[in-house]
Amino acid sequence: MKLTNDIRRQLLQNMLMAREFDNAMLRLYRQGKAFGGVYSQLGNEATSVGSAYALDTKRDVLFPMHRNIGSHFVFGQDVDTLMINHLARQGSQMRGTDGTGHYADPAKRIYGNVSHLGAMIPVAAGFSMADQLRGVTTVSMTYIGDGGSQVGEVHEALNFAAVRKLPLILIIENNQYAYSTPNSMEFACENLSDRAKGYGMAGETIDGTDVELVLKTCTEAVERARRGEGPTMVECVTMRMRGHAEHDDFSYVPKVLLEEWKRKDPVENYISKIVKAKIMSADEITTLREKTLSDMIAAIDRTLELPYPEAEEGFKNVFIED
Amino acid sequence: MAVLTYLEAIADGIRHEMQRDPSVFMIGEDIGVYGGAFKLTKGFLDEFGPQRVIDAPISEAAIVGASIGAALNGMRPVAEMQFMDFVTNGFNQIVTVAGTTAYRWGIPVPMVVRGPSGGGVGANPFHSRNSENWFVHATGVKVVCPAFPDDAKGLMISAIRDQNPVVFYEHKGLYRKIKGEVPEGEHVVPFGTVRVVREGTDVSVIAYGSAVHMALEAAIELEKSIGLSVEVVDIRTLVPFDEEGVLRSVRKTGRVVVAHEASLTGGFGGEIVARISDKAFTFLDAPVKRVAAFDSPTPFAPTLEKAVLPNADKVAEAIREVAAF
Repeated sequence: MKLTNDIRRQLLQNMLMAREFDNAMLRLYRQGKAFGGVYSQLGNEATSVGSAYALDTKRDVLFPMHRNIGSHFVFGQDVDTLMINHLARQGSQMRGTDGTGHYADPAKRIYGNVSHLGAMIPVAAGFSMADQLRGVTTVSMTYIGDGGSQVGEVHEALNFAAVRKLPLILIIENNQYAYSTPNSMEFACENLSDRAKGYGMAGETIDGTDVELVLKTCTEAVERARRGEGPTMVECVTMRMRGHAEHDDFSYVPKVLLEEWKRKDPVENYISKIVKAKIMSADEITTLREKTLSDMIAAIDRTLELPYPEAEEGFKNVFIED
Repeated sequence: MAVLTYLEAIADGIRHEMQRDPSVFMIGEDIGVYGGAFKLTKGFLDEFGPQRVIDAPISEAAIVGASIGAALNGMRPVAEMQFMDFVTNGFNQIVTVAGTTAYRWGIPVPMVVRGPSGGGVGANPFHSRNSENWFVHATGVKVVCPAFPDDAKGLMISAIRDQNPVVFYEHKGLYRKIKGEVPEGEHVVPFGTVRVVREGTDVSVIAYGSAVHMALEAAIELEKSIGLSVEVVDIRTLVPFDEEGVLRSVRKTGRVVVAHEASLTGGFGGEIVARISDKAFTFLDAPVKRVAAFDSPTPFAPTLEKAVLPNADKVAEAIREVAAF
């Protein structure tokens, strides 16, 4: 994929949408309008957007995790759909049975996660396997964290995908903390991608705050998958800039660490780069920011006007009836 | 009609669906070249090829998870657990992912997880378990426990055609012990209907799986010895459960024994008794008795195993008690 200025503008736009969606959810949480867990993706924009952008949204399939709001936008998801699912309003694909990014939208080739992180990785592998049996290559991209990487199902799924040469790409968002547990207490290897060799698959560790680098690395992974060379693990190193969810004050994170990562802000740094390279002017950036924000506010207003689903929905669809 | 063993009938049902529907495939451990630990898939690799009879690594979570993913993408996987005991390693996939998908997404997960369960064959605590009721309580998962070859085939065909995840509990003790006439070709047994295996008027035994055979043996013995007329009802599927089918028999006899090979506490028998108590209390002439395994793992030595598992004698004893009340 040749990186054109048009692509750069789209990368930025998707990252800004992810950030504004995040800001919106944080506001709604503080206002008591978002219930349950609000899981900020702040700091994760480049990893989500750069990775998903490497896929063909018409052919490939996305199994995102809860912090991959940017990936949903790359796959053409609209703000209203995401907001309705997050706030469990009428019209939610999940009918209020579940929330956050757990929905599925087969038409947009998005299949959300369950809270048991790691559980969807074998499922993503199986989705690709079905097409492999039909002689078609469908790349599945899925995500896990520095904490979720320690779940047993991740190991089984990666070994399975490597043995069957499945076109699976696992993005490891290494954002330093699994809830409150630092990496030093989650794993003892230097890089999580060191494990790739053990599975007989390709793997790399990169700066997860650099959207163009994420896109380039993932594009190579997609090409490898399309050539039938099997799965790839891409570890994107970044920082979770908020708590596990908004109830968590993340006082366990040293302030100095947050300051350090604030300087690597994936969105602000990319804006500087784009302005410096004269791809967009400062005025154009301001206009884009304002438009993204006003679109977000309009979507929130529309969503908040919707009622919650009817209580009777709770008694329906435990099974698919023929 | 051909006379088949229980095992052959299950294989016949799977083969029928694989011949009919190219989206059906099998995945499991040692099912291809080796033909399965119990040789249930013998000949399948030659007939259907390695794309449809997939030998997987020892990774039950990956086997079940990949099956879910394939099902989401239009396939109808039949995943084998080499022993149903090992479904614990794929439990999260069935319960957390497969069992919640219809409710959350409204998207079908047409998938069968099948394998040999049950004791009485001198295995050990890890090759003998009857864990079907775990999945009854999971919600969103159908649970099938056939007792006869014709039902095993017909229920397997229904399981593969179902739009939902189905756990299909075969009893390894019945694999080669039980033979019967099985319709050739298309033979569909719908879920959620009991089968009255033996008509009777004095006492009803409600059972499934291997316990149906214990009940039949007891019924024949008691008719011979004391002239008791025992009805045996095989519920066949735990989810969906044919409550009315059970109540019909209860209303007829008024005296009930519920039997299963799984351990007593928290077993499906408790659910059956609760439904009877709720819906047919006034028809009862005696308290309902349960016959089930002792609440322990299934032990290894024959003396121990025989002692903790139910058998025809224990069922007969319960029937006598209920009849004499």
